[in-house]
Amino acid sequence: MLYNEPSPLETRVLTRRFGLPNSAHIDTYLAHGGYRSFEKCLEMTQEQIIEEVKASNLRGRGGAGFPTGLKWSFVPRQSPKPKYIVVNADESEPGTCKDRVLMENDPHLLIEGVLIAAQAVGAKRGYIYIRGEYRYLIDIMDRAIEEAYSRNYLGKNILGRGIEFDLYTHTGAGAYECGEESALLESLEGKRGQPRIRPPFPAVAGLYQCPTVLNNVETFCAVPSIIEMGGKAWAELGVPKAGGTKLTCLTGHINKPGVYELRLGFPVEKMINEVGGGIRGGKKMKAFIPGGSSCPVLTGEEAWPLTMDYDSMAKAGTMLGSGGVIIMDEDTDMVKAALRIMHFYQHESCGWCIPCREGTTWLKKLLTRLDQGLGTSRDIDLVGDLAQNMLGRTFCPLGDAAALPTISIVQKFRHEFEAKIAKVQVAMPASANHPFVVVQ
Amino acid sequence: MADLVTLTINGKTVQAPPGTLVIDAAKRAGIEIPAFCYYEGFSLQAACRMCLVEVEKMPKLQASCTLPVAEGMVVKTESDPVVKARKSTLEFLLTNHPLDCPVCDKGGECELQDMVFRYGAAESRFTEIKHHVDEKQWSPIVFYDAPRCILCYRCIRVCSEGMGVGALGIVNRGVYSEIAPSHGDHLECDECGACIDICPVGALTSGTYRYQTRPWEMKHVGTICTFCSNGCKTTLGVRNEKIVRGNNRDKSGINGEFLCIKGRFAFDFQDHPERLTSPLMRIDGKLQEVSWAKALEAVAKKFAEVKARNGKFGIVGSTKTTNEENFFLQKFARQGLGTNNIDHHRSGDVVTLMDALAGRTNALATVEDCYQMKAALVVGADLAQEHPLLAYQLRANFRHHNARVYTVTRGPVREDQYSVSRVRTEPGKELEGVESLRPMLSQEPELLILFGSSIKGEDVRRLVAFADSLNIPVKYICLVDYSNSRGAVDMGLLPDLGPGYQPVDNPGLTLPEMMAATDLDVLWVVGANPLARYSLAAANAFVVVQEMFLTETAQRADVVLPAASAYEKNGTVTNVTGQCQKLTAAAKTMGTKPDLEIMGLLAKEMKLNLGIWTVQSVFEQIRTQVRGYNIPLPVVATGQAAQTSPLNGRIPVISRPDLIQSASNTLFTSGSLGRYSKKLTSVLEYPGELYRP
Ligand SMILES: Cc1cc2nc3c(=O)[nH]c(=O)nc-3n(C[C@H](O)[C@H](O)[C@H](O)COP(=O)(O)O)c2cc1C
Ligand code: SF4
Ligand code: SF4
Ligand code: SF4
Ligand code: SF4
Repeated sequence: MLYNEPSPLETRVLTRRFGLPNSAHIDTYLAHGGYRSFEKCLEMTQEQIIEEVKASNLRGRGGAGFPTGLKWSFVPRQSPKPKYIVVNADESEPGTCKDRVLMENDPHLLIEGVLIAAQAVGAKRGYIYIRGEYRYLIDIMDRAIEEAYSRNYLGKNILGRGIEFDLYTHTGAGAYECGEESALLESLEGKRGQPRIRPPFPAVAGLYQCPTVLNNVETFCAVPSIIEMGGKAWAELGVPKAGGTKLTCLTGHINKPGVYELRLGFPVEKMINEVGGGIRGGKKMKAFIPGGSSCPVLTGEEAWPLTMDYDSMAKAGTMLGSGGVIIMDEDTDMVKAALRIMHFYQHESCGWCIPCREGTTWLKKLLTRLDQGLGTSRDIDLVGDLAQNMLGRTFCPLGDAAALPTISIVQKFRHEFEAKIAKVQVAMPASANHPFVVVQ
Repeated sequence: MADLVTLTINGKTVQAPPGTLVIDAAKRAGIEIPAFCYYEGFSLQAACRMCLVEVEKMPKLQASCTLPVAEGMVVKTESDPVVKARKSTLEFLLTNHPLDCPVCDKGGECELQDMVFRYGAAESRFTEIKHHVDEKQWSPIVFYDAPRCILCYRCIRVCSEGMGVGALGIVNRGVYSEIAPSHGDHLECDECGACIDICPVGALTSGTYRYQTRPWEMKHVGTICTFCSNGCKTTLGVRNEKIVRGNNRDKSGINGEFLCIKGRFAFDFQDHPERLTSPLMRIDGKLQEVSWAKALEAVAKKFAEVKARNGKFGIVGSTKTTNEENFFLQKFARQGLGTNNIDHHRSGDVVTLMDALAGRTNALATVEDCYQMKAALVVGADLAQEHPLLAYQLRANFRHHNARVYTVTRGPVREDQYSVSRVRTEPGKELEGVESLRPMLSQEPELLILFGSSIKGEDVRRLVAFADSLNIPVKYICLVDYSNSRGAVDMGLLPDLGPGYQPVDNPGLTLPEMMAATDLDVLWVVGANPLARYSLAAANAFVVVQEMFLTETAQRADVVLPAASAYEKNGTVTNVTGQCQKLTAAAKTMGTKPDLEIMGLLAKEMKLNLGIWTVQSVFEQIRTQVRGYNIPLPVVATGQAAQTSPLNGRIPVISRPDLIQSASNTLFTSGSLGRYSKKLTSVLEYPGELYRP
């Protein structure tokens, strides 16, 4: 099922089979060039595959944007230990909904991408870690895996070529943190989902302490077309240093929300106004989040002139992230937005480290209060200060993910906080450190 | 030293081997980096974020507990950004902390208090509501107060990695995370209290100590645990002559920070309500309280009378009394009463081992060797139950040095968790099992052999011969039961061997022989309970018992002399590995006397000349007269362990190996004494299936 009409401005590489009748079935996949790239890889050396991916300038689509070819090259292929492929299908970043359409509409594309990765590093076993709420996707993936087994694309003797690869799905249990790669591996191993100390990184010591290629669903899905088109051609779809297309999730106050496959470097303005049909109700855009709630928030004015790629966003002080665009119009209550975001991170903090566990909780309490207008201007400073105190000091990036949007909202929309507290009359005791008293 | 890494910490040039963590390198250089979750010897967590430091060329502050040193690294541990980060982390930590320091057991020794004192802000910016969770009791020993918990995970690690029990874990997420026992609402574990001890705050508290005192109102006395033979040092916290706590705060003993339930909690026998505090004499068939003078006079008179008519004495010594007491007792028997009818409860064939190893050096292992040697073979013993410290050391050796451990036991043992090979045998057939390991053992560079009471007599010699044939260096530990079982043998509480394994001219009666002798005139029992096992054949024997409690033996006595406990006396004891350590009196029970004093007074009453009977002078006699005990005084005097080595010569006596039998205590039992610890019995009565290996 598709959730939106495709746009003519899309460059449909990964999504090109979307909308075909029975697109998730292996016959549809095979009829439209499916598994051809994998077969091509059987004639390539491991180096050649990795070189091709490197040449494509593919950067990880899970959020961090790490060059995929480089990541694969870190796997010690000579190691006597078994190697694993792990697909991060935990998609939980608010605003992000691209992996699910990929798995729902074209599950074999993911399987083929995984197979190519397995060839590249010599892995015999793979796991797709799917967020628990995607129950129906697990069924779709399981069915596709079954089909692939029956057609000999998975199993002990793939295509009669003596290649062995087994693929399994594994369900998450409702923790955003399990999308973080090391926490995901812990969870996959049956342990509590909390992150590991890194280094070592998964490429060297991942699942069961063995070399592991761990990538996002979309990252794997990009690989078959890279092999098909050649890395160079694929790179040219994007911008220098970041090749290809990106599935962009347009969410929020926009006329045509949905998942669109756009070339990297696509202008924000064109994306909102032409692909997304403009801001809902013809309103002004107050705030813009480019890639999921973990990114610093931009004001509308800041966002309009940018392009959707890693460097452009970094220059503007934010991140391309997962491609989960969140658009907020002029009527948005930014204090509520800050609270909603903090509510999420507070709920999802795994509790392992102090600054995140206690910081998100404190901030949530504080923002709840400010949202009710109960507070002083010092409390607004405190929000920024506490978020700053979390930043860069937590065990995993979730702490930063909570701090960054908060810091930017307080910085850029401070007047909204001021206005809220001005509405409620609060009598302040003399001492600067005493709690306020509310006069109703 | 070419392969050292050089770095700069706070302007100091520091050298450390590659792989050293910055927090350790700093510590060696005298720079303390604060941390809650980092704990030397256990796995890394990097969770508390207190140890963040500034490293030149790195944009973010780095956790020094997981950062290995690198050449040319420049580290600052107290710079402004670092101090600011610590301050804010503490501020975060205090937001949900109850701050009930005035009533918290940990107040005064709390790492959170110390840290806030050092870095924390005086003002509080937190004006929200704290969330509260009720305190839980997990067992008679362990209580958990979640709001005080700072989630450093030390307790989890000490339990799983240190103890090999793994009874603790985390439940819930985020700020609602809590430590929880693996059995849901209660613990089924060793009840060792290590988790309580290692907790930096007052989140885990002990059933014995909670709300008893403020830490600064105790005096702390370092002495040796009086239960099993491992000889752990324990620091007793004493308030108003009452022992309220046992731990090892300074980690100075052979046990480092280890203690089992007995060493940590079972001290409560000391003020058990049934403790004897007055001499008792059988008057009109009933034991009645009398004065010390009267009791001593009666005993002395009887002894003198029986001695004068050449009557038959039977003397049973203790496996818990001090070396000085044991030495003096055998001297009293042999020189004072002219009898060799002296024995004790024997639990390991130390005598045959000493003979089999005669003339060798370096063949007796220490507790430290359990941690250091590359391979170990456990024969016929369940260390986790009977020798908790040795089990702990072996496990630490495996964790830190990958030691290879082999077991030849009757049933499963905890060492199976990590041993390279395990063989199950019937008792008595252990040597066949050992033989089956020959191919693997002969590949080892060295070997430590620990063997239990089922290996005795010729089997000990066969075991030594087997080990010799491996052609590798081997050290031995002959496992014995109690805190001074080893000292009892060394001091000559045997009918055929005097102190230092010197054969006597006309061997006396063994313990079973005394009990069976119908013509026994006097049975004198010092700190033992033979009537729990044997019946006394001589109906008319005059029975004198020095005891803390009215045991089976004391109930049969004609005179009972109330003895001080090991925690109330000075002296030395020798542990299972032959390491001699000092006891220091911590408390006092009115009305009791140390056994040495009782014997001295008896000697005086009988006008025997047995020399001065102060602890110091008897210890001096031991040092000069008992083989292997010529140990350096300062070592013992400063509370360290000095290893005795009685291997200089053959022992021409086969000292009745058939009488050797371990009491096979579990973690929660300890012969007669264990019955008088309410803590031990409460754990035994606690519902749930207690941990068994
Ligand atoms: C808190 C947190 C949550 C994350 N959640 C996801 C997720 O749901 N899906 C995902 O692909 N990556 C997620 N990531 C990123 C992963 O850690 C990892 O970088 C990524 O899966 C690597 O794949 P890629 O290189 O293909 O992007 C998350 C990271 C963090 C810190
Ligand atoms: S920042 Fe710390 S508490 Fe938060 S999710 Fe990561 S490890 Fe857990
Ligand atoms: S008392 Fe000992 S065995 Fe029990 S939970 Fe604590 S550390 Fe583990
Ligand atoms: S109970 Fe104590 S040791 Fe355990 S995690 Fe909490 S604070 Fe740390
Ligand atoms: S292991 Fe033995 S010596 Fe150590 S504390 Fe326990 S009973 Fe005492």
